[in-house]
Amino acid sequence: MFENIKILFHQGKQFIPNVTTVEVPGIFRGRPVISMVKVDESALRDLCPTNAITLQPVSIDLGKCTFCGECARAFPDKVMFTKDYKLSTNERDRLIIHEGEDKAVEVNPETVRKEIHRVFGRSLKLRQVSAAGDNSCEWELNAANNVQFDMGRFGIEFVASPRHADGIVITGPISENMAVPLQICYDAVPDPKIIVLVGTDAISGGIFAGSPALDRSFLDKYPVDLYIPGYPAHPLTIINGLLDLTRKLSRK
Amino acid sequence: MPLATIPVSAYETFFELNTGFIADHTDRHCVNYFGYPVDKMIMLICCIADDTTREIYVSGCLVQPDTKLKSFTSKLLCFEKFEREIHENFKIDYIDHPWLKPVRYAGNRSDKSKNIASYPFFAIESEELHEVGVGPIHAGIIEPGHFRFICNGEQILHLEIQLGYQHRGIEQLFIEKKTMLQRITLAESITGDTVVGHASAFSYLWESLCGFEAPHDIHFSRLLALELERIAIHTGDLSAVCTDIAYQLGSSVYGRLRTPIINFMQEWGGNRLAKGFVRPGRNQFPFTPELAKRLNEVFDAFEPDFDEMSDEISKLPSVLSRLERTGVVSMDDTLAIGAVGMSARMGGLNRDIRTSHPYGIYPELHHQPIIKHHGDVYSRVQIRKQEVKQSMKYLRQLIHEIPLHIAPDTRLENPKPDSFTLSLVEGWRGEICHCAITDAKGELVLYKIKDPSFHNWLALALAVRNNEISDFPVCNKSFNLSYCGHDL
Repeated sequence: MFENIKILFHQGKQFIPNVTTVEVPGIFRGRPVISMVKVDESALRDLCPTNAITLQPVSIDLGKCTFCGECARAFPDKVMFTKDYKLSTNERDRLIIHEGEDKAVEVNPETVRKEIHRVFGRSLKLRQVSAAGDNSCEWELNAANNVQFDMGRFGIEFVASPRHADGIVITGPISENMAVPLQICYDAVPDPKIIVLVGTDAISGGIFAGSPALDRSFLDKYPVDLYIPGYPAHPLTIINGLLDLTRKLSRK
Repeated sequence: MPLATIPVSAYETFFELNTGFIADHTDRHCVNYFGYPVDKMIMLICCIADDTTREIYVSGCLVQPDTKLKSFTSKLLCFEKFEREIHENFKIDYIDHPWLKPVRYAGNRSDKSKNIASYPFFAIESEELHEVGVGPIHAGIIEPGHFRFICNGEQILHLEIQLGYQHRGIEQLFIEKKTMLQRITLAESITGDTVVGHASAFSYLWESLCGFEAPHDIHFSRLLALELERIAIHTGDLSAVCTDIAYQLGSSVYGRLRTPIINFMQEWGGNRLAKGFVRPGRNQFPFTPELAKRLNEVFDAFEPDFDEMSDEISKLPSVLSRLERTGVVSMDDTLAIGAVGMSARMGGLNRDIRTSHPYGIYPELHHQPIIKHHGDVYSRVQIRKQEVKQSMKYLRQLIHEIPLHIAPDTRLENPKPDSFTLSLVEGWRGEICHCAITDAKGELVLYKIKDPSFHNWLALALAVRNNEISDFPVCNKSFNLSYCGHDL
């Protein structure tokens, strides 16, 4: 008992006081900025392992990007990855970064479903479904709940049963073998409910896009409420994304 | 090695040869056994590693698809899953295999008429016993898989584990994706908790295929990253074990101790799980004296808290009573199923690629594996605790002398034609084996991945027998096997 209290005391304060402003240590490949410098654009496009780079104008799709940094390494004057970890948004188009732009990726309050703030603004319980996720985004979702990131302080938690949940969080490119369980889980969540996609694999299929072992038809049937990019998504990206979605007041 | 040097024999000889290699040799095990189509035939390739002589015996056999063969499994259980995989993909019928069930309902399976929902579970016809089905989606944030228990009251008599939900067709994608960068990205995604392990296995394989000899600094960075991964995941798993026995303090302390380690990985390479870190033929993030200083600081802060917590859990009766003699796998079973890595060492089996087939700068470390003998949850917890300390010791010792960064030519040669290559890496779970075969033009015709989980899932199924069903979570977490590494 005393030993336990001693250990508890030795831990000190571990939580990050402000998860919206804290800086990530060391190098971090967050939101890219593309300059207007002229380079061999087709070489730049062909370099990307997941075809995230498109031309005219040069753009990087964060929904496809694996943040490997290869483009920035080969063309340091053209592409630079900033330490900005706020990458989540509710509109797929907003994940595409164009050349010459340096603005934050945010949730568009105009297009967020109206009930989200009202119903989930103070408490959001989520059911996580790993649909062929490689266990990296799952680790980071777990980390978002640990004593340091402590997402629970905002009333956002993961629950065991879809019946208790307000929405589902999908990781992974959605394999054919997981398509049916995913549908069953989604159907079991009571309305109103949200869908959150975490990680490049979930948003676009990532490196697995086009594999015959996938079945992504689920995503054609329902609107997605939040895209959280990353490879895997950083816990701060996850927390800020969920806060941005549920806390942002509608301007109307 | 050139493909033509693999001895190809008739099935009878192939059978006697490979079963003979393993029978009565505790220091030998099968690292990979697979088939691939050659014209209209199926070429079977079996790779047996010998831990004493440090050799790997590779042999082949050409058979017809749809053929009936006697199974290796009837003689040696460790071939059980390999043969099921060959059966699933190529319809080869093993007449005396004890349970010839599908492994993962792969996208390239031969019988598409059945899907994952039609898996033939063992069933019981008894009034006293009952079945409990769990999954594929589990209560926590973990990957999907189905567990079917047959219980007598609270006691588990039998557990059958059905996987395949995570199947993404990775091996096929390795052949379809043509650039090296795409392939290394795939290798990093095999399992996201063993990024360095699988990415190193791919890189060593690719470098060997392209005739590139990695310089010292590349070996150095990969070794550091691999051991950091081991420290981070073992610490995280200790936290998970504490969670599953409802010991909140241990869960929180180990959970938060993992963060500085993976954050160091981010300081060094820009990603907490080391994605984008390992690349064939180059050292993207040379280790610097500043990083060495930072790593020492991280370890200095980590070690006292880790030791304090570890001492406490080995003293608390309420913790020990849940861990000791729970989830026991006997040494005979460990050997019979061909367990590898941590799951072998917890049962008294000395099986560690870092000593048996050392590569890079591992020979300089003179690594001595940590071996436990009880095969219970506590053995696995002890191994994790001690391996964390051991890896930390190695790293502290290594970063005294940081090798000079030699920037090699990043342009690797094209892969050699008509070759077979195999690479082995000891990830935190155990041995990772990648095999590749090229055609006459040097293009990949086969890429075969074996995660240690492929051997070790059966160890979990055996571990929970005769345990309370409520002890299943802690047994599961003490192994923490990979679903996606198995399903590919």
